[in-house]
Amino acid sequence: MTVETAMPYDEALARFEPVLGLETHVELGTASKMFCGCKTTFGAPPNTQVCPTCLALPGALPVANAMAIESTIRIGLALNCSIAEWCRMARKNYFYPDMPKNYQISQYDEPLCFDGYLDVEVDGETVRIEIERVHLEEDTGKSTHVGGATGRIHGADYSIVDYNRAGIPLVEIVTKPIPGTDRLAPEVAKAYVTELREIMRSLGVSDVRMEEGSLRCDVNVSLMPRGSSEWGTRTETKNVNSLRSVERAVRGEIERQAAILADGGRIVQETRHFHEDTGTTTSGRSKEEAQDYRYFPEPDLVPIAPDPAWVAELKAGLPELPTVKRKRLQAEWGLSDLDMRAMHNADAIDLVEATVGAGAPAADARKWWMGELARRANETGVALADLPITPAQVARVTELVASGALNDKLAREVLEGVLGGEGAPDEVVEKRGLKIVNDEGELSAMIDEVLAGNADAAEKVRSGKIAAVGALVGGVMKASRGKADAARARQLILEKLGVSE
Amino acid sequence: MSLIRKTAAELGAMIAAGEVSAVEVAEAHLDRMAEVEPQVKAFLHVDRETTLGQARAVDARLRAGEKLGPLAGVPIAHKDIFTTHDMPTTAASKILEGWRPPYDATVTRRLREAGLVILGKTNLDEFAMGSSTENSAYHATHNPWDLTRVPGGSSGGSSAAVAAYEAPLATGTDTGGSIRQPASVTGIVGMKPTYGGSSRYGLIAFASSLDTPGPFARNVLDAALLQEVFSGHDPMDSTSIDAPVPSVVEAARHGDVSGMRIGVVKEFAAGEGAQAGVLARFNETVQLLESLGAKVVEVSCPAFASALPAYYLIAPSECSSNLARFDAMRYGLRVGDDGDRSAEEVMALTRAAGFGPEVKRRIMLGTYALSSGYYDAYYGQAQKVRTVISREFEAAFHQVDVLVSPTTPTTAFPIGERADDPMAMYLADLYTIPSNLTGNAAISVPCGLADEDGLPVGLQIMAPVLGDDRCYRVGAAVEQALESRWGGSLLAKAPAL
Repeated sequence: MTVETAMPYDEALARFEPVLGLETHVELGTASKMFCGCKTTFGAPPNTQVCPTCLALPGALPVANAMAIESTIRIGLALNCSIAEWCRMARKNYFYPDMPKNYQISQYDEPLCFDGYLDVEVDGETVRIEIERVHLEEDTGKSTHVGGATGRIHGADYSIVDYNRAGIPLVEIVTKPIPGTDRLAPEVAKAYVTELREIMRSLGVSDVRMEEGSLRCDVNVSLMPRGSSEWGTRTETKNVNSLRSVERAVRGEIERQAAILADGGRIVQETRHFHEDTGTTTSGRSKEEAQDYRYFPEPDLVPIAPDPAWVAELKAGLPELPTVKRKRLQAEWGLSDLDMRAMHNADAIDLVEATVGAGAPAADARKWWMGELARRANETGVALADLPITPAQVARVTELVASGALNDKLAREVLEGVLGGEGAPDEVVEKRGLKIVNDEGELSAMIDEVLAGNADAAEKVRSGKIAAVGALVGGVMKASRGKADAARARQLILEKLGVSE
Repeated sequence: MSLIRKTAAELGAMIAAGEVSAVEVAEAHLDRMAEVEPQVKAFLHVDRETTLGQARAVDARLRAGEKLGPLAGVPIAHKDIFTTHDMPTTAASKILEGWRPPYDATVTRRLREAGLVILGKTNLDEFAMGSSTENSAYHATHNPWDLTRVPGGSSGGSSAAVAAYEAPLATGTDTGGSIRQPASVTGIVGMKPTYGGSSRYGLIAFASSLDTPGPFARNVLDAALLQEVFSGHDPMDSTSIDAPVPSVVEAARHGDVSGMRIGVVKEFAAGEGAQAGVLARFNETVQLLESLGAKVVEVSCPAFASALPAYYLIAPSECSSNLARFDAMRYGLRVGDDGDRSAEEVMALTRAAGFGPEVKRRIMLGTYALSSGYYDAYYGQAQKVRTVISREFEAAFHQVDVLVSPTTPTTAFPIGERADDPMAMYLADLYTIPSNLTGNAAISVPCGLADEDGLPVGLQIMAPVLGDDRCYRVGAAVEQALESRWGGSLLAKAPAL
């Protein structure tokens, strides 16, 4: 592997203009596979969800999954696409051990959905991404190459294949080339994939987990010198497995290509592999000699001809789409654009909405998800949604605070306990003994002790310097190890010292 | 008369009436097979115990009062291209030697459900590619009329088994004539149903848009009875037709052509390259039809001349993709896996060793025809020809009820004669291919012996899509008239084995 040079981003952008293209694969969450009745459960023992059809045994035939076709049309409609009135599946022929038939049933020049767009917001600006096509195909099996340096088939000692994934319905969403994003290219790419993911979620067609591969993104980047209108040679970066990586892959590829071009070099049209650890890409398969897939219409399947009336029904039945929903929630929650964007960027909107749905006031829900929980997620490097806590549990914590049973400090401890696997909020409160001290006698005794030990401060307060009461309250909180109700303690101290505000 | 000379309908009736058991009938045929197989070599796989086990099970079902169809207990020879869970399935290829499928084809399943007893798996041209059964990777099959000649192909094992009285019935598949041509050259009945009328699930694919399972029998009624058993919609095959099965048995029982309009395909009756004796029998049969009350007209289908070249682009294209799955990874032959070679090398070595020359020829033809830059000129153009031929059929069926032609230009040719001349071999399917390209129904029924060699000649009757019953109606009328003229079946004239 050669070490490649990169040009600093600002310099690269000063000299070149990027053109993006994004190909996104979404595994549909159908109960059965695309062309057979096998289950699609993620993580099942290898080669247990297979049958003659998805193993390509001689004589077996595909039968199209109607739900997958419906989901694809709904995706197309959500992306403002036209829906084909008649189209066919096609065979894409190439040999690879994880593809049982040695052809993939896909679509070629007759995609199910075409000519759409998706508006995304970046830095308060709306960028329209044109969608070229949305088509339906089947996933391949999963190869694991054991031994060898690169984890790829060449040089491996041996390879093993799990065909559970073979035949899972896959939707490919391809953008038209996206020029004019300028220095925002990485953010636009990320915003697009984020938005796409939210649309899939709201449609309920996929669990879109990038880390499990149910949403996979290939990032195409090319550069053209400032002032030129002729697009450069593009590369296709694969293996981009998180939203953050989408952004990094675009940035890294711009920097890499700029360095080559500035040096008088030539960009090789190729597939590149993104490396999560370094944020760089390495060269993969060259595409200069385009592989000939010998596409032809799949003779084992009949054409797909969706009834326009049915398509209209599907369109009418689409759920509220994420952008519309965000505008509505922003108004309902009374948030500024900035706050809303921050929540969006943190992927917190659905969580807050669910927490509100579980009974929490919006401001409280937002406070916890965007504050303590966001900090925790950040520290441990997991997505907010993947924290081991449910919106209902967060709602319960806000309820305990509102009822006076917890203060914020104790609430943070409860959250810590839930995240640590100690159980539901009430269990954590119970186990850790985190109830606020409500016993007036106990509190009164604690205050007397604190006043006795801080005679100076007590005197100051008595003489009218009410601000000095803070130190006394602090003493009580310390003595109670945070379990005292600070407001009540303050009240009692002032009473005891005969001072009124 | 011995059991093996009886028709399937007769055997079924006798078994149903308890006059004979399925086991006795199976044993009679297994004995016949043991006697003539050394000369005919129709089968690739025979397993007496498995067969008798099936027969015993059918007898038990009948004794238990289960209501089975008219063919319950009747033995059948099954083309070795349909998967069978209890017998190996090889498509006559080395690449699948010894493969035991974990599942039954829909046709197989329906045979079993109807109580048919599978005698064994019959020989074929490897992956059904050929017209003589010489392309089998295992051995050639011999025509019972003349053991030095081919039994036709690709379903030559099935046609030979039926003609040699080893089985009263057999299955076949017809991609370009692979049922009709072997039936024609062995003097029996063979039917290619409407495409989609019988399920392809579990039929090892050669050319998906053309492959059609169909029946072989020694008479028209038996063929119809068998077709009815395995026809009908199958949710496992997307291209199977979800419509009522044409009433073929009813038609086969009522052979009658009076008032029917019958079209002679001008281009195929002209006889270019056809054997004189074939044309003579064909022309006599056309006259016979007229004498039976049919109105005969000549119909021109000029695009039929382009059917053969179009077929030899479409079928190889589809096969080049269908046969890609034979890669040594999951089943079948594996060559060169010494721990050092890559998966790619093992795939290549296996395919080189496992496929025969004709299969390789077609994979290469198809790969070329689908290549970028050639697709439009070859595959695309061939599909256009296919559309034109469909329109000609449609136009013809506005004028007439059925079309007729000889089934094949010549009688059975000697083994080895065309083995090294693919073009000559391909010409055997000249008259049968148009019906595959359009999916319409077509049957071959015996119509006499050619003067020059005394070998059987077949009459092809073509009907529109889902007009299968017309094939049987006309076929039964021809059979009835000719058999009364001959004083029995044509096969009775075959030399004894």
